[in-house]
Amino acid sequence: MDIPRSWRLRNQRYLLEGNACTSCDKKHFPPVLVCSECKSRDLRPFTFSGKGKLYSYSTVYQAPGQFEAFVPYIVALVDLEEGPRITTQLTDISPDEVRIGMPVEKVIRKISEEGERGLILYGYKFRPPVD
Amino acid sequence: MKMSMKPSLPVGIVGYGAYVPRYRLPATEIARLWRGGQDNAKLPVKQKSLPGPDEDTITMSIEAAHNALKRAEVDPALIRSVWAGSESHPYAVKPSSTIVAQALGIAPHTTAADFEFACKAGTEAMQAALGFAGSGMAQYALAIAMDTAQGRPGDALEYTAAAGGAAFIVGPAKDAVAILEGSFSYTTDTPDFFRRSYQKYPEHGNRFTGEPAYFHHISNSVSILMEDLGLTPKDFASAVFHQPNTKFPKKVASQLGFTSAQIHTGLLAPVIGNTYAGASPLGFTAVLDAAKPGDRLLLASFGSGAGSDAFSFVVTDKIEGIRDRAPSTSDYVERSVEVDYATYARWRKKIRHH
Repeated sequence: MDIPRSWRLRNQRYLLEGNACTSCDKKHFPPVLVCSECKSRDLRPFTFSGKGKLYSYSTVYQAPGQFEAFVPYIVALVDLEEGPRITTQLTDISPDEVRIGMPVEKVIRKISEEGERGLILYGYKFRPPVD
Repeated sequence: MKMSMKPSLPVGIVGYGAYVPRYRLPATEIARLWRGGQDNAKLPVKQKSLPGPDEDTITMSIEAAHNALKRAEVDPALIRSVWAGSESHPYAVKPSSTIVAQALGIAPHTTAADFEFACKAGTEAMQAALGFAGSGMAQYALAIAMDTAQGRPGDALEYTAAAGGAAFIVGPAKDAVAILEGSFSYTTDTPDFFRRSYQKYPEHGNRFTGEPAYFHHISNSVSILMEDLGLTPKDFASAVFHQPNTKFPKKVASQLGFTSAQIHTGLLAPVIGNTYAGASPLGFTAVLDAAKPGDRLLLASFGSGAGSDAFSFVVTDKIEGIRDRAPSTSDYVERSVEVDYATYARWRKKIRHH
């Protein structure tokens, strides 16, 4: 991800900042320009709690270059408590510990590194709650 | 002459948070590889904590500070400093604290900086935060003590170089769970351990790291602080000393007149290793998890180079109300998964795939 793009999206990646429709209250992540429920264009920023449930997952063994350091890792679909289903990685878990429906929470982790000299990209991943 | 340092406004810790990654490398695994298990009977710790492949000082700082925010229930926008003490900042130039501030919703109305003083970078940040809030320049200040320490393969320090730490939100004494009574720092030019620019691993002075470095500096910071405040070891419910291994903190405690019961709760090195800048502050969070109102607590760090910061805090009745708002230090210490040396070598980039 280039620097301007990663900078522009930093609050989405760090804080799960999406938006909510002011007419029907549907929550969106990533943020949208038009509400998919009621077609309203009147949306306000909304920060998600970071709590959710695992909907489905797949374990990656053959990864694109910037993710090779993390193989094997788990790509998941997580249903956020507030509604949206998002694509994310799971962390702090091995493939044999994963169960569909398990509760998960947001943490901030390294997503990738642009080689030895470039940017380190941080963002959300999900893991089983600690306590 | 008054020696100890105390800001003009009464201040204390209003929130605290811990973080330890979930992986552990048993010391016997290192001994097996490098010593044929010959030193199994005299290992400095049982195991050490190890960050996962997607963790570093920044991600770990964010989680510890997030826990501190949950306990303090302070609006992140009211925090006026993000000060992160570590010797393993991921960037040489680009403050870890800027990323932490953004990720927690503290940015942009804040100052941010990274502190460096080997293993006492974290308590240095705490001391600065106490002064910042205590001068009235800030209502709330965030100080972080965190490290992902690197040990040279086969070196004595590889057994202990671990990962973890803590974060503290400092603010007015009326909101505090532990009020500062005083702090004292003792610093000299003592080159017991250092790392030059562009070097991956530090150098250390073997036995020189003990008497003239660790013991001399901690003994002085703690005894001068106690004398100045008119206190003796008996006045403290708990004490936490920098813990590069299991032996040093036990020995310095006994030299100063503290009992093993007083240091037991905050001594985490045997099961997670030496978390460098994170070590004594993390032990201090374990003590806060167990503290009762009225308890007096001692925290004494040591940083190579060398210096020691000592603090005396008194716990307030607010402690009971905030404790369960975030995972306890033992929740993190106990969620442990053992890995082997090969996994450790890959994750810590001691071997590469190209």
